[in-house]
Amino acid sequence: MLRWFRMLFRLPPGASSFADGVDTLHLFLIGSTLLGVLLLSLLTTYFVLRYRERSGVRTTPVVLASGTGELLLVVGTLSLFVLWWVIGYRQYLSMRRRPAGAITVYVVAKQWMWKFSHENGALENNVLTIPVGRPVELLMTSRDVIHSFFLPAMRVKQDVLPGRFTTLWFKPTAPGRYSLFCAEYCGISHSAMLGEVRVLGAEEYQRFLADSSGAHSLAEIGREAALKHACFSCHTVDGQRHIGPSWSRLYGSVVTLSNGEQVSADAAYLTESMMDPAARVVAGYAPVMPTYFGSLDSSEAAAIVAYIRSLEQGPSSPSVRLPEVVVPPLVASSEPKGDLHP
Amino acid sequence: MTVASEPSFLPAAEPSFARAHTSIRSWLLSTDHKRIGVLYFFATTLSLALGGVFALLLRIEHLTPGPTVMSAMTYNRLFTLHGVTMVWLFMIPSIPATFGNFLLPIQIGASEVAFPRLNLLSFWIYVLGAAFVLLAMWLGALDTGWTFYTPYSVHSPSAVVPTLIGIFIVGWSTILTGVNFIVTVHTMRARGLGWMRLPLFTWAIYGTSIIQVLATPVLGLSLLIVSLDHAFAWGLFDPARGGDPVLYQHLFWFYSHPAVYIMILPAMGVVSEVISTFSHKNPYSYKAIVYSTLGIAFVGFLTWGHHMFVAGMSVFDAGAFGALSMLVAIFSAVKVFTWVSTLSKGSIVLATPLWYVFGFLILFMFGGMTGVAVATMSLDVHWHDTYFVVAHFHFVMVGGTLTAWLAALHYWFPKVTGRLYSERWGLLGFALVFSGFFGTFVPQFLLGNAGMPRRYYEYPERFQLLHVASTLGSWVLAAGLLLTVGYLGHALWFGRRASGNPWASRCFEWRTSSPPPEKNFSAQPELGLDAYDYTTPWPASEERA
Repeated sequence: MLRWFRMLFRLPPGASSFADGVDTLHLFLIGSTLLGVLLLSLLTTYFVLRYRERSGVRTTPVVLASGTGELLLVVGTLSLFVLWWVIGYRQYLSMRRRPAGAITVYVVAKQWMWKFSHENGALENNVLTIPVGRPVELLMTSRDVIHSFFLPAMRVKQDVLPGRFTTLWFKPTAPGRYSLFCAEYCGISHSAMLGEVRVLGAEEYQRFLADSSGAHSLAEIGREAALKHACFSCHTVDGQRHIGPSWSRLYGSVVTLSNGEQVSADAAYLTESMMDPAARVVAGYAPVMPTYFGSLDSSEAAAIVAYIRSLEQGPSSPSVRLPEVVVPPLVASSEPKGDLHP
Repeated sequence: MTVASEPSFLPAAEPSFARAHTSIRSWLLSTDHKRIGVLYFFATTLSLALGGVFALLLRIEHLTPGPTVMSAMTYNRLFTLHGVTMVWLFMIPSIPATFGNFLLPIQIGASEVAFPRLNLLSFWIYVLGAAFVLLAMWLGALDTGWTFYTPYSVHSPSAVVPTLIGIFIVGWSTILTGVNFIVTVHTMRARGLGWMRLPLFTWAIYGTSIIQVLATPVLGLSLLIVSLDHAFAWGLFDPARGGDPVLYQHLFWFYSHPAVYIMILPAMGVVSEVISTFSHKNPYSYKAIVYSTLGIAFVGFLTWGHHMFVAGMSVFDAGAFGALSMLVAIFSAVKVFTWVSTLSKGSIVLATPLWYVFGFLILFMFGGMTGVAVATMSLDVHWHDTYFVVAHFHFVMVGGTLTAWLAALHYWFPKVTGRLYSERWGLLGFALVFSGFFGTFVPQFLLGNAGMPRRYYEYPERFQLLHVASTLGSWVLAAGLLLTVGYLGHALWFGRRASGNPWASRCFEWRTSSPPPEKNFSAQPELGLDAYDYTTPWPASEERA
């Protein structure tokens, strides 16, 4: 059924775990529309034939709606709409909730290309290579204007904004090559901002990782960037409180802000804090951080987020003394260490 | 034949409004709402023609996947020109400023609008703004699209500031017209004409005016800030200066979503009138139509977020905006049910305006239901910014507003000109417009499904067949519109003289001669018999004149 519907309505074959659900709702909704239009057209045709003007009689009896009939129609239509809303909302929710164990890829959009950074440091332009059957999370930002990351075969789309991170996840279900479009008008070559998502089988993907792995992982690049921009003057990586919050175990944790609000320290929040630090300050810290907008480019910001993320399992008990500001070594995520200064 | 007790209002032999004065000055500086309506008609129709030519050029460009007849820059400018011209210079003023101006005072038994000179000012502000917008876009090569999304528009080297100032000026004209109509309906109704007896077209224009007055200032504000961002680097919407580009989208759609109802509510008013007149029947539920008009005007302000489901808004916000959008759709559904039910037990005369209204019903149902579809969050993720959305809003705006505008044009043609056009040509014109429209936009739904993004100069080859089909459709649509210009132009000079009330309507505007005299009615009218009362035969004298 779904296969015929897709062919008839020109939908690309579904290639993600979202596709079947979305297309079924689509079929339900468009089918109801067509049926509704057909019924009302038939009714109109019947009325026109049945009540055509005869021999110049232009007086008609007053016919008024019966309240209950109208109410029933409204309630009936509205409950159909509400049903669609409920299904649509649940699907939308699942699109926005990242499952555990997703592969993370950082995406930087610019006029007019896509740049992808993998966690092992591999870089790709306009082609994104991912494995089949595993959820992939994209952390995306733009270097100039708004773009939009659109994969028709996966039924996903997300705007990519300058100065903040937006996220998108999907789970590819079939190996293959799929079109990537920019869907938000971004200037003269908007229609040339095309790309491709390459979905590989598990083994091929391992080979890709082995062949492409960069000299440095993204987290290492991020640590270099953090050093260059003197982030460690105020932030520690060993859980020690300093001028700013420590980066250790920060990623994904829930922090309380100075206004009492609680937020999850995700990629979007961390990026905002680099670009517009005064916007949401963690409770107990002075709003003294300068903005890094302009001095920190999008790929550096992405790398720093990857670095902070690599500290997810970092030390939680603060060490005794305040660290002197030196190059801190990267903490391997698997083996938490209590002291970074051997 | 029994004669209704209603006295005849047809004046004996007063000159019509068009013949009362004949100098060019008497037209250009007239404060007569009917003449201003006619002026608006010519100005907005010129805009429609321009916007149409831009659209045809865009469609020709899409005949092949690569460059066909223009460069990428020209293409980007043309879709901006097309959008801005159609939205602000045609669609928004079309029905309210043309037919609203001409008919609203007559429909409430008044001799003029509340502020006749303000009305004239509003027209000339429109002309000034339109000239500004078109010149700026033509000479300054604006390429942002009609939505002016920041930060692209803040950094675009093209003529952003003059264009936005032009739209700002046009906005004043919209606001002045809106205020004028609101005050007119409140203060100038004929004695005994209560609110719940107003003609439905008047109600629709009244609801529209409220939206115009409330929403347009927000547009003016946001466009002004974009101009300041662009000219003086204020940075409110520019992340490079700490601004928020998504805030711009909120402000823009806070206006532009209600603006959709500015375009469709007057069209709905026309449909209510035409259905009632040509089935000689009271509306199935007058109250349902009035309350749904007000409901749309109110709830329409609370749904703007459904344009931003993929812009990075929170899941909760998206859910709330989605639910409110479903609510606003229910008001439109109520209207459709009421219109179709009005036909029942009527005495239906199939004439060109009614054909257009049937066309409207079908196209609007598709447009409305695909609106519900794109308001369904998970579906919108796939369709957002694709040709599906393009097809959806063209079904509402062209299939809805333009079709109703054509229905209004045919329905009130004898009222304004005192002449009749040929029904046969009318039917042919309708058939071409309707089939051309279907041919143009149904392929675009399918293109959107297939994943074709909008505002694409070039496209992958697999989309070509549907693009060519769409382009062919646009030619049929254009032929239908040209034919309409032809036979209506012909009828203007050579058409048969119409009687005062050629459709045997009971609505108030038909209780004076066609065309009406300068002051609308020869005596203070008493509109005792309801506008939709078809229970008694009409006085025979009314059918002459």
